[in-house]
Parts: sequence; structure tokens; C-alpha cells
Amino acid sequence: MHYLKDRGFTHAHAGDITPREVYEGRRVLLRNLAAGAAGVALAGWAGRDALAQVARPGKLAALPGARSAVAGALTMEKLTPYGDATSYNNFYEFGTDKSDPARAAGTLKPRPWTIAVEGEVKKPKVYDLDELLKLAPMEERIYRLRCVEGWSMVIPWVGYSLAELIKRVEPTGNAKYVEFVTLADKSQMPGLRSSVLDWPYVEGLRLDEAMHPLTLLTFGLYGEVLPNQNGAPVRTVVPWKYGFKSGKSIVKIRFVEKEPRTAWVKAASQEYGFFSNVNPAVDHPRWSQATERRIGEDGLFQKKRPTLMFNGYEAQVGQLYAGMDLKKNY
Amino acid sequence: MFAVMSSPTAAPLRPARPKLLHPAAKPLLFVACLLPFVWLLYAAVMNQLGANPAEALIRATGDWTLRFLCIVLAVTPLRLWTKQPALARFRRMLGLFVFFYAVLHFLAYAWLDMGFDVATIARDIPKRPFALVGFLALLLLVPLAATSFNRAIKALGASRWQALHKSVYAIVLLGLLHFFWMRAAKNNFAEVAVYAMVIAVLLGWRARNAWRARRASGG
Repeated sequence: MHYLKDRGFTHAHAGDITPREVYEGRRVLLRNLAAGAAGVALAGWAGRDALAQVARPGKLAALPGARSAVAGALTMEKLTPYGDATSYNNFYEFGTDKSDPARAAGTLKPRPWTIAVEGEVKKPKVYDLDELLKLAPMEERIYRLRCVEGWSMVIPWVGYSLAELIKRVEPTGNAKYVEFVTLADKSQMPGLRSSVLDWPYVEGLRLDEAMHPLTLLTFGLYGEVLPNQNGAPVRTVVPWKYGFKSGKSIVKIRFVEKEPRTAWVKAASQEYGFFSNVNPAVDHPRWSQATERRIGEDGLFQKKRPTLMFNGYEAQVGQLYAGMDLKKNY
Repeated sequence: MFAVMSSPTAAPLRPARPKLLHPAAKPLLFVACLLPFVWLLYAAVMNQLGANPAEALIRATGDWTLRFLCIVLAVTPLRLWTKQPALARFRRMLGLFVFFYAVLHFLAYAWLDMGFDVATIARDIPKRPFALVGFLALLLLVPLAATSFNRAIKALGASRWQALHKSVYAIVLLGLLHFFWMRAAKNNFAEVAVYAMVIAVLLGWRARNAWRARRASGG
């Protein structure tokens, strides 16, 4: 067929194509796996193809999300077990030990809940959680999560791009940064008695970072609403930054002109910068950031795996930092 | 002060032999000191160390090193306060357990965090003051462990041996600094403060005694 221009695609020979009944049989197999007979772990992995969603652990209310179409939003890496993702958390409002939040966060009341969106916006508004849940279609996003402490997880989050909310409130020309203020209620959060940080926990992003489609306004994980210890009922997830940049249990989103004074910058600015992008070349003063341990996967005596620039999201977010000295703007 | 040398004669042998001189006392203490290690080993094998077992092992062995340092420094004050000279018999074993847990702590770091990659370790330690301080404390423990047996004490002479072993005061302070610096990263000092208070009491008591002794001898 000489009239067809060669586009570098070699057409398969008819005999190479998998017969219909064979690939349909494979789908049945995958569906059966996902149905649970072969165990949650296997189902979670196999089921991603068959059902477009990970298997629910069945602990909390369901919050389904459709497979995200955002570039980079669905890593195919092995998921961190639900038990690990919900028992090994940094959430200082419930204590500084990583086992504290799972134990103590039962006192958090995720409903009723509102988020006040204010500051440099044309349409400031106090959103009720129910309104936020319906604001945009829920998507499932499978992100790597890299903690500044040198460990990582792979978590299937449920939510939508924060940009969906930002567009609706219409930031003014003065809005350069977005500040996230999280709940600080002594009656719900025993960790507030300790003065580890200057409460409330405040985080921030540059407006272009907040608008990036990968920045997720997050309401669930593993197909269910967020467990309290993971930041119920609503949090952000910014997958190319160290985990602490993603505020949990958010009550206020403010659009501001100046760079927000975040909790960790206030506590130790020489160690935790405003940007805190995952960067294997910039060490924490106390430990190397070149490698990481994948929770629940890397064996005790396995070498740690190399950490990727921007946590592996360089293709999607690298251009946000073009021309910036990332050693200085750590 | 001469724990090992004075033990056979220091305690009254009759009529009532103190329980501390019972032949089973030392083996019992040995087993007790080994319990944290046995528990960690069991927990590691049984996958009971939580989501990040490597971190749990590194932290736990460090904790136990610091705890044993406090225990060994508590022997002399306890011996005098309780008037139980036989307590001195246990000091050597306790000191060697400090070394044991310190070595485990280092091995856990070198193995689990660094994959036994000597070049990486050699680059990692000097880069981080907190790690360097911990490593220095471990190095200072080596001559103490190496001169813990009776022949070494005889060879060195009691006063030189004792002078050498006073470096344990520097070691415990380095260990505390190591812990403080590690926790400083997360602004989390509650536990550090507890150790600091215990160590302040143990060293403060010695400083007060030394000051009194000097004043007494000075007239």
C-alpha cells in the first residue's frame, strides 16, 4: 500500500493479534481476581484494569472515583497496603509518633465541615463539605507519596484537581500564593497541647503550583472517604513535593499576595523550605534525600531505592521551576 | 569506684548473704539485659515492627543504648544511696551492654539504611553533624569495651584504667546530643528532655561529689 505514508507504525500481522475469546477470557480472569477470591492485594493490582478502581478495604463509606485522565495521575506501581497507609502517618495534631494519629484521631469530627475560601478572589465563599463533594467529578489518582523523612508510599487517592475549586472563586490579579489553614481544635486534637509547631498548621503553594492539574483536592483513599488519621474530611495532595506540603483537615484556603509563612518554615526554615520539592540532589541537613524506603514493599534488608527528581513527576511539573535555583529554593 | 576489683571483698559474706551476691544474679541480669534484643529480633521476624521496620530497629537500638548508658551511670549513686556495695559487681556487664546496643544501632544504620556500602557510609557520616556525634560516641566506647576484662585493668593500673573509663561521661553527653539533634529535625524534644534530666541528675551528683572532695582535700 504505497499511498500510505510511513508513520513509523508497523501493522500487526493478523496472526499476531490476540483472538477475541482469549482476551475476553483474560478479562474474566481479572474480574474474578478483583472479586476478591485471590486476596485483596492481588485484586488491587489486577482489578485496576478490570474495574478501573482499586479494591475497597470496606472500612469506611464508599467514595468512588473514575480513572483520572490527567497526565501522570496513575502510576502503575504496587499500592502500599491500606493498613500501612492508615497506620503510619505524620499528623502532629494527634501526636508526634507515626503511630499516634491512627490511635488518637478518633476524636476528630469530619462532619459537619466547611472550608472558607477567601482573600484575593472575586467570589469568596464558605463551602460546605457536601457542596465540595459535588463540585466536580471524583477521580481516582494513584500517586507516589515521598515523605521528607526518607520513606515513600503509593496511594490511590480520590478527589479532583484543586484547580476546579480555584477557577470557581476567580482569583484576582493580586493572588500569587494559596495558603491552606488546617483545623486546630484542642477538643478534637490532643497533639495541640504540645508546642511542637505554631498551630494552626499552615501550608502554602504558589498559585501556578496550586493550579497544576496534579494538585489534588482530596476526599478519599482506596475508594473510601479519608480516614481521620489521613486528613479527613478534605486535604490536599501535591505529589511532587514532600508529604508535609499537603495539608490535612483543611478549614480555610486563602489567596494571598505574599509567600505564606508555613508551619515548618516558621519552625525550622533552614531545614524545610517553602518549595520542598522532592529532590534527590538536595539533602536534608540531617539525612540524605537521594534514596527512600518504600513502605510495605522494600524488605528489611533491601537497599533503599533511588528517589526521583520531583518524585518522578518532572515531566509534568518541571516547567513550573524553569530557571530556578532549586538548591537555593529548596 | 573499682567495680570489678572490689567485688569479692566488698560485701559482707556472712551471716546473711545479700541476694545480689547470689550465683544466679549475674546470669539473671544478663538475660534481662538481652530481653530488648530478643524482643526486637522476634518482632522483626514476626513483622511486628510496624510499617517501617528498618526505622523502628534503628530507633529502638539507639533508645536502648541511651537507656543502658543511664543505667550504668546509675549504679554508683544507687550503690551508695542503698548501701549495697554488691551492686558494683554488675557494672561491667551493664557497660558491655551499652556497647552491645551501640554496635547494634550502628549496624542497623549501616545495614538497613546504607546497605553496608562502606563508601556511602564514609560519605554520609561526616556530612551530618548528628551522625558524626553518634559515631564519635561509638568510637569512644571501643577502648572501654576493649579494656573491660580483668587483665586489662591490671595491665593499665587502676588509676589509669579509671581515668580512661571516665570518658563515659563524654560518651553519654555525645549520645544525648546525637538524640537531641536527631529530634531537632522534627522539633520534638519531649523525650529528649526526659533523658537530659536523668543524665543531668546522674552527672550532677558526680560533679557535686567531686567539688566537695576537692574542697575537703583543699582544707
